[in-house]
Amino acid sequence: MPLLWLRFALACYFIGLIYAFFALSRTSDLFSRIALHAASLGMVFHFVSLVELFLAGHVVWASVHNGESLLAFFSMTFFMIIYAIYHTTSPGVVVFPIVFFLTFVAAVDEQPVLLTSYVSHNGWLVAHIVLIFTGYAALVLSFGASLLYLLQERRLKAKKPSSLISFLPALEVIDQIGYRSLLLGFPFMTLGLLTGSVLAILVYGHVNFLDPKFSLSVLTWAVYLVMVVTRWNSGWRGRRAAVLATCAFVTAIVAWAANYFSTIHRFAAS
Amino acid sequence: MRYHLIGVNHRSAPLEVRERLAIPDSRLADACRDLTAHPGIEEGMIISTCNRVEVVTHTSNGSADLRGFLHEHFQLTAEDLDPHLYEFREKDAVRHVFRVAASLDSMVVGEAQILGQVKEAYATARAVGSVRGQLDQLFTRAFAVAKRIRSETAVGSSSVSVASVAVELAKKIFGSLQGKSVFIVGAGKMSELAARHLMAHGCASIFVANRTYDRAIGLAEKFNGQAIKFDDLYENCDRADIVITSTGAPHAIFRREHGEQFLARRKNRPMFFIDIAVPRDVAPEMAKLDGIFAYDIDDLQQAVSTHVADRHHEAELAEAIITSELERFEARLHARDVVPTIVSLQDHLETIRQAEIDRVRGRMGPLTPEQEMAVEALTRGIINKVMHTPITTLKTAAREAEATTVIDVVRRLFNLHEKEKGPASQAKDKEATSKQAESRH
Repeated sequence: MPLLWLRFALACYFIGLIYAFFALSRTSDLFSRIALHAASLGMVFHFVSLVELFLAGHVVWASVHNGESLLAFFSMTFFMIIYAIYHTTSPGVVVFPIVFFLTFVAAVDEQPVLLTSYVSHNGWLVAHIVLIFTGYAALVLSFGASLLYLLQERRLKAKKPSSLISFLPALEVIDQIGYRSLLLGFPFMTLGLLTGSVLAILVYGHVNFLDPKFSLSVLTWAVYLVMVVTRWNSGWRGRRAAVLATCAFVTAIVAWAANYFSTIHRFAAS
Repeated sequence: MRYHLIGVNHRSAPLEVRERLAIPDSRLADACRDLTAHPGIEEGMIISTCNRVEVVTHTSNGSADLRGFLHEHFQLTAEDLDPHLYEFREKDAVRHVFRVAASLDSMVVGEAQILGQVKEAYATARAVGSVRGQLDQLFTRAFAVAKRIRSETAVGSSSVSVASVAVELAKKIFGSLQGKSVFIVGAGKMSELAARHLMAHGCASIFVANRTYDRAIGLAEKFNGQAIKFDDLYENCDRADIVITSTGAPHAIFRREHGEQFLARRKNRPMFFIDIAVPRDVAPEMAKLDGIFAYDIDDLQQAVSTHVADRHHEAELAEAIITSELERFEARLHARDVVPTIVSLQDHLETIRQAEIDRVRGRMGPLTPEQEMAVEALTRGIINKVMHTPITTLKTAAREAEATTVIDVVRRLFNLHEKEKGPASQAKDKEATSKQAESRH
C-alpha cells in the first residue's frame, strides 16, 4: 500500500515537474496555482505513504528508497514553508524536478529490508534520519535558491524588458530564501552527523574515519560550513555562492551514493 | 513652408553617439549662432537633451546642408554620424516638432520634461536672435499642441516615467523598498523626481552629493536627507542601496575600482545605479561586476517599452490631434502666403482702374457727380467680377497643398510684384493680418 500512495504522489509531482519546465520560458498564474495544488495533494499522498511505512512497525525508513522518499517529502515541506512566507512558487523550478526524481526512484519498487543492526537504538536512529534529511532538504532548497539567484541576476543584467515581468521574485527575496535555508539546514546537518556518530559508537564501539560514508558526509558538512562562513563574513552570493552550493549538492549526492560502498552505513538492500 | 530638421534620438543612435553630440547648456547659444551663420539657413534652433539632439531650421530655399553643419560643428565624419541621422522637411519636419514637444517621440511617452527642455532651447535661440518669425510661429504652435494633447488625452497622466520604471526595477532587485537608502549624485530635476518616487515606495533615508555643495544641502533639506560633500562621495556611496546619478561630468565618475570598493564594504549586498546622465556616469566595466546593477537611460527605455503598449490607445488619440493640428498649421501658413497675393492683385487692378478713370477724365473734361458715380460703379463692378475667380481660387488653394503653385501662376499672370504695394494695400495688409490673428485665437 505505501508504494501505491507514493505513486499517486508521484503523479501529482509530475504536474509540478511540467510546471518547472514551463515556468522557465513563460509566466502563468493559473499554471502555478495548478502546480501548487497538485503538489499539496501529492504531499498528502506522500504523507499517507510515509505514515503507513512507520505503522508497519519497523523503522523501515532506513532503506535507500524510503530515505529518498523521506528526503523528497522534507524538500516539499520546505518548499511549502517558503511559499507560506514569500508567496512564490519559483523555487519549484529547482525543487520539483529533484522531488520528482527522488519520488520516482522510491516508487519503483519496495525494499522491505531494514538496517537490522541499528534497531536496538531506535531513538537515535530516528533522530539521525530526521535531522540529516532535514539538513539535506534545506541544502536542496538553498541550492535551488542559488540557481534562481543566478538566473534572476542574469535577467536583470541582460536588461531585457521581460526582466520586469518574470516569474521570479526579487533578487533579495531569493537571496533570503537561500540564506535562511542555509542557516536553518546547517545545525540540522551538524546534529545529524553527531547523532550518526553516536549511533556508530553505540553499534560498533568506535567511528571509522576512513569509511567513505563518514568521510564524504564530513566533506559535505565542510562545504556547508564554507558556504555559511563565506556568506557570513563576505556576503558571498550570486555566482560564487552558486558554485559553492553546487559543490555542496554534488558532495551530498556522492555521500548518498557512498551508502553502496560503506561498511558501517550499508542499507541491507544495497 | 521651408522647414528642415535633422537629428538623432534614442531610437536612431546609441548612447555612445548621442554622448558625442550632446551640447551643454552653456554652449547652446554659440551653437545656434554657428548654425545661422551656415549658408542657406535663415533661422535655426538646437534641441539637445539626453535623448536627442535636433537641429531645426528655416531655410532660404527649402533645404540646407545640415549634415555638413553637424560634421563641421562636432568634427565627426560622415561614416560616424550619417547612419544615425534622420532628416525631415516641410510638413514632416513640422509634424516631428509637434510630436517631440508633445512627448510622443520621447523615450518615456508622455513624460512632461521634454516640453520644458524644448522651451528652454527655444528661449536660448530666441535670445541670440536665431529664432525669428518662421520658427517662432512653428514653436509657438508646437507648445499649444503639446498643451492640448496633455489636456485632451491621458498620455501624460499615467504613472509611467523613468522614475516609476526605476522604482519597479529597484523592487525587482530589493523586493520591498522599506528601509532602503537612496543616494542622489548631481542634483537635477529628473533625479529629484526619481528619488521622490522611491521615497514614496518606502525608501527611508537619502543622501545628496553635488559639485555645488549648497544645492546638495537644499535638495537634502527637501527630503530630510543628508548632504555629502562631492569629495566624500566614494567614502559614502556604499551606504546607499540605490544610487541615482545625473552629473554633467564628461567622463564616468563611477569606475570598476569604485564598484569593487563599494561591494567589499557592503559585504556584496547588491547596489542599483540609475544612471540618467549623458554622457554616462557609470562606466560599463563597473556595471559588469556581480552585485552592481546599472541601468542607463537606454536601458530604462527598454524597460519602459513593456509599458508602451498600455498607452497605445492614448498615443493614437494624440497622433490624431497632431495630424489635425498639422493641417491647421499648414492652412494658416498657406493663408499667410495667399493674403499678400490677393492684396497686391486688388492693388494692381485698382491702380489700373484709377489710371483709366483719370485718362477718361482727361479726355472728356470734368464729369458731373452723377456721371462720376456711374463710372465708379461700372468700373468697380467690372473689376470685382474679374477678380472674383482668381481670389476664390487662391482662397481654396490656401487650404490645399498646391497653394504655392497657384500663387505663382496668379502672380505671373497679373505681373504682380511685392513693391507694387501702395498705401492702400498696406492698410488692407494690416487688416488681413489682424483678421488672421483673430482667427488664431
